[in-house]
Amino acid sequence: MNTASALSLARDSFGRLSLTDAQGVTHEGVVAVRAHPISAPEEGIALVSQDGHEVAWIDQLASLPAAQRALIEAALAEREFMPEITRLKGVSSFATPSTWSVETNRGSASFVLKGEEDIRRLPGGILLISDAHGIQFMIRSLAALDRHSRKLLDRFL
Amino acid sequence: MLPASPDNSLPERWRADVATRLGGAEPVLAWLELDLDTHLQFNHGLLLITAQRLLACTPDAGWQEWPLTPQRTLRHIDHAGVGCLELVEPTQRLAYWRFTLTQNLAALRVIKEFERQTEALTTGQPPAVRDEEVCATCKAPLPPGEDECPICARELHEAPSTWTLFRLWRFAKPYRWQLFSGFALMTGSTAATLVPPYLTMPLMDKVLIPYQNGQPINTALELQLLAGLFGAALLSWSLGWAKTYILALVSERISADLRTSTYEHLMKLSLEYFGGKRTGDLMARIGSESDRISVFLSLHALDFITDVLMIAMTTVILFSTNHWLAIVTLLPLPIIAWMIHTVRDRLRTGFEKIDRVWGEVTNILADTIPGIRVVKAFAQEKRETQRFREANAHNLAVNDKINKTWSLFSPTVTLLTELGLLVVWAFGIWQISRNDITVGVLTAFLAYIGRFYTRLDSMSRIVSVTQKAAAGAKRIFDILDHVSSVPEPLKPVTLPRVQGSIQMREIGFRYGNRSVIRNLSLDIQPGEMIGLVGHSGSGKSTLVNLICRFYDVSEGAIFIDGVDIRSVAISDFRRNIGLVLQEPFLFFGTIAENIAYGKPDASRAEIIAAARAAHAHEFILRLPQGYDSIVGERGQGLSGGERQRISIARALLIDPRILIMDEATSAVDTETEKEIQSALENLVKGRTTIAIAHRLSTLRKADRLVVMDRGEIVEVGDHDELMAREGAYWRLYQAQLRNAEQNLTEGAEA
Repeated sequence: MNTASALSLARDSFGRLSLTDAQGVTHEGVVAVRAHPISAPEEGIALVSQDGHEVAWIDQLASLPAAQRALIEAALAEREFMPEITRLKGVSSFATPSTWSVETNRGSASFVLKGEEDIRRLPGGILLISDAHGIQFMIRSLAALDRHSRKLLDRFL
Repeated sequence: MLPASPDNSLPERWRADVATRLGGAEPVLAWLELDLDTHLQFNHGLLLITAQRLLACTPDAGWQEWPLTPQRTLRHIDHAGVGCLELVEPTQRLAYWRFTLTQNLAALRVIKEFERQTEALTTGQPPAVRDEEVCATCKAPLPPGEDECPICARELHEAPSTWTLFRLWRFAKPYRWQLFSGFALMTGSTAATLVPPYLTMPLMDKVLIPYQNGQPINTALELQLLAGLFGAALLSWSLGWAKTYILALVSERISADLRTSTYEHLMKLSLEYFGGKRTGDLMARIGSESDRISVFLSLHALDFITDVLMIAMTTVILFSTNHWLAIVTLLPLPIIAWMIHTVRDRLRTGFEKIDRVWGEVTNILADTIPGIRVVKAFAQEKRETQRFREANAHNLAVNDKINKTWSLFSPTVTLLTELGLLVVWAFGIWQISRNDITVGVLTAFLAYIGRFYTRLDSMSRIVSVTQKAAAGAKRIFDILDHVSSVPEPLKPVTLPRVQGSIQMREIGFRYGNRSVIRNLSLDIQPGEMIGLVGHSGSGKSTLVNLICRFYDVSEGAIFIDGVDIRSVAISDFRRNIGLVLQEPFLFFGTIAENIAYGKPDASRAEIIAAARAAHAHEFILRLPQGYDSIVGERGQGLSGGERQRISIARALLIDPRILIMDEATSAVDTETEKEIQSALENLVKGRTTIAIAHRLSTLRKADRLVVMDRGEIVEVGDHDELMAREGAYWRLYQAQLRNAEQNLTEGAEA
């Protein structure tokens, strides 16, 4: 397995990452994947080739040189989509399926919650809400929400 | 044929803008409303295609356009609920757009149009005319003359109404006459209970007070009144008994019907539903929730209606006796009603919460008890206990919170009752002093409101039990309202004698936000044996589940003998499919019953013939009770191979045209596998067979091998062809060969 020190990364004209490893082999279109996207996003990032094999492993994002880190962070940012709900504006009903309109760190959105079981508790008090199309919304901490949001959310927990 | 002018369906906010940009002469062929920008922020944009160009309007870049050229292609990628369209040339990416999967179908339409137009540019021919009208969503052919696909027009995103309890009427309707007579009896018995306080008036004024004033007791009148009291008591007893009996019977039947219908509906739901639910929760819903509704109907609702009747009748009696005193007596009523109302909401949410938390507790049980071997093997009993304790503590906390409100509620009602009585005493004494009323009237009032207020106290309890029952009813109706994601067709096509050809046309399947099967097409001839090969997770089992219609495809369609499987009644369709699974499931019952599971009216001779063909006959005869041996919950007492042969016999008995074997032999050792293999050969003869096997050696008999990787078909051909090609199959085969050799040498060394 390649480690961070031997990484030679570049972005090609298709906007994809290509990686040249210590043996001089170039992997085109590698994808950066976080191993623990929720519990430890900055630790353990794998570069995965197009056919799904791990070609490099980065223990700590912070340990990379700035240029490479920027490339990987950009690649991650393009791929990751888990809006964090900052405020619940309203819900269409307390019985499911219910349409929620929310304020997230990625702008305001609305989605359909199919059932209460689509709200999952993760260790550390994180709530993960998957909508009818499988998009996952996250609530980092219940306590950080305002009173109105908490009250609405409480009806579903 | 061009799609029916999609310009009109453009979202309102874009219409004017697009019209000015395109003018009238350039029709929009397809469009996609972008709901994300390139930085994955929620934002609005539009992508549209005409015969000449691709236009996009994004918040970052405004309007941009790209002429269509033969070298340009649109690529579609999706990951974790986000789709991406990339416009690429051979050397570079020109632009890309992102959207949530909500818009995925529109995106696919745009790609389709793009391909049609660029193909026309390459060939110089006018755009290909579509051979048949297909639904844009699922690619199934549309019924002639209709725009809307009957299969797709079913996605429901509406919440059920909050008046859930009234929906129970659907189950009460068959018993309306019993209910009606029950209510009549109830009115009678309530009226009878109101007679005794009324009789206290003459008893006080005409018997007791004259006696205190020195007159002798009027024995005749006294006896008459006492007889009246006795008669009223007797009447109310017998009427009350009859009413309670009838209504209890009815409510028990209503809840039994409710339970059965829920279970019946649950059985019809797709595997997708069961995949997303936890067993403990479903068990609680069907078991205890329906019981709670029954108790509510037979006890609480009944009492409540009796109370309302009593209050109405009492009010009439009080007003007809003395309206001033009546007004004072009834004064606390609105206050109590208001109190009930304010507490109502808080209690309801609390009880819903308790239900959910309770489900959490049972879920832990349903998790741990089947997995008890793992728990013990890893010595994690303490941790599991801790997990249970935490769930229980959560349960406790929620209960504590609601009890705080609840405990305050009852004593307050009692206090108000006492205060009310005090007011009546005071006002009554004042009225007596002014000779407005007699002592008898005051006694009667006090007797009435004594009952009256205690009923108010119990009536206040109706709030919580109604909410509990409503919450329970909601949870049950959640199941009943759930539309199966594998719906029965409205007008099912009858399937004639099936030949067994299967055609998959550009099918795709998405599980949550992971796309498991992608754009897969395959034709299977009648009687052909197909071996599905691939790494685990390559979508083999999913494909089989789609063919069985345990799930419906998200895109494309599957045809059996040219008929879309979604247009055939499910049971009609499945009758033609025999399924042998890796983990054969035996139900509690005899072996004969288990073999005849798919055809309960099978004769003994048929059962034995199937068992013989499945090479199960002999070992069954070795069991002490033969075919009548009871096999347990998971077929305890039988080995894996024996259970598998029973399940093969089960599949043989229904004589299906299509046979599906999902890793039928991978759970048994090689020796047993040989035996099963010969049983399977009997099964395969003359049927269309789809077999999944991990061991490639078991698929040597297959006519064609289909190699799958990440939801796509990568190779098709027979063993020799694929070996000659040295592709994915060859690699799999080599890997297995190496493993087998390694095992052999290790075995030899040992």
